[in-house]
Amino acid sequence: MSSQDIILQGRGLTKSFGGFFAVNGVDIGVRRGAIHSLIGPNGAGKTTLFNLLTKIHLPSSGQIFLEGAEITSSKPQAIARKGMVRSFQISACFQRMTVLENVRVALQRPTGLAYRFWRADACLDVLNDRARELLASVGLEGADDAIAGELPYGRKRALEIATTLALDPKVLLLDEPMAGLGREDIALVTALIRRISKGRTTLLVEHNMKVVAELSDTITVLQRGEVIAEGAYDEISQLPEVREAYLGADEDG
Amino acid sequence: MKLDRYLLIAFVAVGLVLPLFGDTFFLMKVYCFALFACAFNLLVGYAGLLAFGHAAFFGAASYVSAFALKSWGWPMEVAIIASVISSAALGLVFGAIAIRRTGIYFAMITLALSQIIYFMAVQLPFTQGEDGIHGVPRPPLLGFINVSSDEQLYYFVLAVFVFGFLAIYRIVHSPFGHTMRSIRDNETRAISLGYDTQHYKLGVFVLSAAIAGLAGGTKAAVVQLASLTDVHFQMSGEVILMVIVGGVGTLWGPVIGAALIVAMHDYLASIGEWMIVIQGLLFLAVVQFFRRGIMGELLALLSRIGLRKGTDKNEATTGETLA
Ligand SMILES: Nc1ncnc2c1ncn2[C@@H]1O[C@H](COP(=O)(O)OP(=O)(O)OP(=O)(O)O)[C@@H](O)[C@H]1O
Ligand SMILES: [Mg+2]
Repeated sequence: MSSQDIILQGRGLTKSFGGFFAVNGVDIGVRRGAIHSLIGPNGAGKTTLFNLLTKIHLPSSGQIFLEGAEITSSKPQAIARKGMVRSFQISACFQRMTVLENVRVALQRPTGLAYRFWRADACLDVLNDRARELLASVGLEGADDAIAGELPYGRKRALEIATTLALDPKVLLLDEPMAGLGREDIALVTALIRRISKGRTTLLVEHNMKVVAELSDTITVLQRGEVIAEGAYDEISQLPEVREAYLGADEDG
Repeated sequence: MKLDRYLLIAFVAVGLVLPLFGDTFFLMKVYCFALFACAFNLLVGYAGLLAFGHAAFFGAASYVSAFALKSWGWPMEVAIIASVISSAALGLVFGAIAIRRTGIYFAMITLALSQIIYFMAVQLPFTQGEDGIHGVPRPPLLGFINVSSDEQLYYFVLAVFVFGFLAIYRIVHSPFGHTMRSIRDNETRAISLGYDTQHYKLGVFVLSAAIAGLAGGTKAAVVQLASLTDVHFQMSGEVILMVIVGGVGTLWGPVIGAALIVAMHDYLASIGEWMIVIQGLLFLAVVQFFRRGIMGELLALLSRIGLRKGTDKNEATTGETLA
């Protein structure tokens, strides 16, 4: 594949926490428009790699490129403004705000209104239609005034996805969007991810192999901070080292 | 929202007739401390920044206003505006230093910085050390409205309080306020949505300092004194107590808390040092038995019996605030 096809690239990424290498020399290239999954046993370094790519952590060494431009030392908020937005493994909504406010706070940032402390928040009402559209797209219609922190877990995750989508990201990073969801919700969220990933690039961390098999164009397998395999599901699922890494590790999410 | 509007109208109505019955000097003090507490609540309740040293802004403003009124003979409104500006500037400096830290480190740095202000108040000649600035005059407002007596000054102080309170209401319910609350709830998430959260935190820190300054500057004209008490760390502690007792993250809680604490000071003055013990017990009682504070518990009760919809829920328990 040509290098223009790679929208997000990590080269030799390493992160050590006091001598412990959570991510060790990882090379990863995410193709534009693909759904790329990151799998591996607990503690393999998937979240850490996410944190490196989204600049929550600075890498100990290595480089990161977004659309060919180096972002290794960019700030996390700058990355978001360049169109790479993530969700979190632990549901991350704004607990004491309403559902509608959660989405609107994401929508208002690019409008340049966000610094106006002297204006009434009624000026944000122009964003309501778009916010409700986004909420409807994740099945949260009619929940506008509910307090986010009081939603059941599955709906919190849906809200987080709606908030992420509010920025219309080019690159979407989802860290275990299925974690803690029941069987039905998993089917719903799988369909949702398929739908929202159209026209974008998606990097997905997921333990549920059924979901991974169903959605992914490419899979990278991480173990003890290192990439041990990469390829389509059919290829990597045959590899003995992958089977070994996964022995007793997942399937149930 | 609607309820807040009615409450404010009722508050102003009662405030306008209170001088017929009450002690205007006491009421003016309540308004000043209530505004101070509201300013602090903006920071801790709505932005989630627990500072421990807010007396620096209140006290510095008190000194600036007292000095401008007494030594320079400035008009009342100009002296108070000057005190607001100096507190905002001080807030900008302190905020720039402290805002990168979080949690207990943020609290400690703000405390350390406020101790520098206390030290300056003790040492600098213009503050007159242990004595403070006494006999602060009350020149006419805008040069012609006489406010020399308590009864006349009262309405001005009420207006200052209402202005400050409305400013806070507006800030909380503005686009900026939404961002501020999102940062309070989950800063990492706000960053990942592209917000430069440091800018917003610094912004609210300066706004809170400025309003604390409005309270302090007005207080100097009310009590006709600026003293070390205003900048002492005990004052920083008391404003925390007012907010926690009244209800963190509620619009009216700090007002109730301030009224309670000021009343305790006035009516229990005879017990001297025991005041600290009583305040300590009050704090313990809140933390143990009604963690949302007076207003917080009241709102929770209203929601429970279905009189209040779940919108605009900001009240926090003391545990959440101190965590
Ligand atoms: N901030 C940190 N400080 C120290 N060690 C850390 C830190 N973050 C992660 N680690 C360690 O790095 C390793 C990788 O963690 P990481 O969270 O990236 O794994 P993961 O693949 O996301 O696991 P899971 O499937 O459980 O989410 C773990 O051993 C973890 O304990
Ligand atoms: Mg993880």
